[in-house]
Amino acid sequence: MVEWTDFERATIKDIFSKIDSGVVGPAALSRCLVVYPWTQRYFGKFGNLYNAAAITSNPNVSAHGKVVLEGLTLAVQNMDDIKATYAELSVLHSEKLQVDPDNFRLLADCLTIVVAAQMGKDFTPEVQAAFQKFLAVVVSALGKQYH
Amino acid sequence: MLSKKEKALIAEIWESLSPVAEDIGSDALLRMFASFPGTKTYFSHLDISPNSSHLRTHGKKIVLAIADGAKDISQLTVSLAPLQTLHAYQLRIDPTNFKLFSQCMLVTLACHLGEDFTPIAHAAMDKYLSAFAAVLAEKYR
Repeated sequence: MVEWTDFERATIKDIFSKIDSGVVGPAALSRCLVVYPWTQRYFGKFGNLYNAAAITSNPNVSAHGKVVLEGLTLAVQNMDDIKATYAELSVLHSEKLQVDPDNFRLLADCLTIVVAAQMGKDFTPEVQAAFQKFLAVVVSALGKQYH
Repeated sequence: MLSKKEKALIAEIWESLSPVAEDIGSDALLRMFASFPGTKTYFSHLDISPNSSHLRTHGKKIVLAIADGAKDISQLTVSLAPLQTLHAYQLRIDPTNFKLFSQCMLVTLACHLGEDFTPIAHAAMDKYLSAFAAVLAEKYR
């Protein structure tokens, strides 16, 4: 089981209370598709992903970004058992969506950048460490049901 | 692969950050030490507490080297030759750590540049830092 310090718990809850999933989700997903273009392989049905401008203004990308971020709030609410909370989502990603689990890390990195850009100086090294630890646990849980 | 536009953008960003190289460099290092504590093992000979002069000097050195490389990215293997030797034969830092440092540098840039750290700038910068790290590790074996 993952041990969280009081600082880490408070930091995670604080960050997620401050971000708008309708803004941060789309920003993180579109950034991922721009910075790591091979991730576009999973979004063939999304329409125009031809360049950064097309990706950032694509309504399917935005809608999906929001869905992904809302999925993350599940983990925020269940920090003491993220593995169990994400068991079904892990099965979904491995069996139905067939997403290479490395991609979870790429999206997590982009989310970190988006939150960092929004928080500026408040995204201190300690806050960053807590956020990255949280995302690492989420990424690991999402990959757990792959076989 | 970096396009001409991306190379120009990268050179521009590092040129603008060179005056605050100490701040940028020490910030990235502190982030790396906080998120990846194993990286501290390479710095037992220095005082790496926040705001220490060792940290600021070292951070500045790293940023200026990155900024220098950005002035002519096609010549990285030439401009980095002395640093390649240093890292391969003296420092022998495991190259996985270059990735960790690069990620923290990207976070530093995001905090510093905010909205200006657009997806395009992020992509270009990530590619440049990866190329820089790869060249740095070339003489390892």
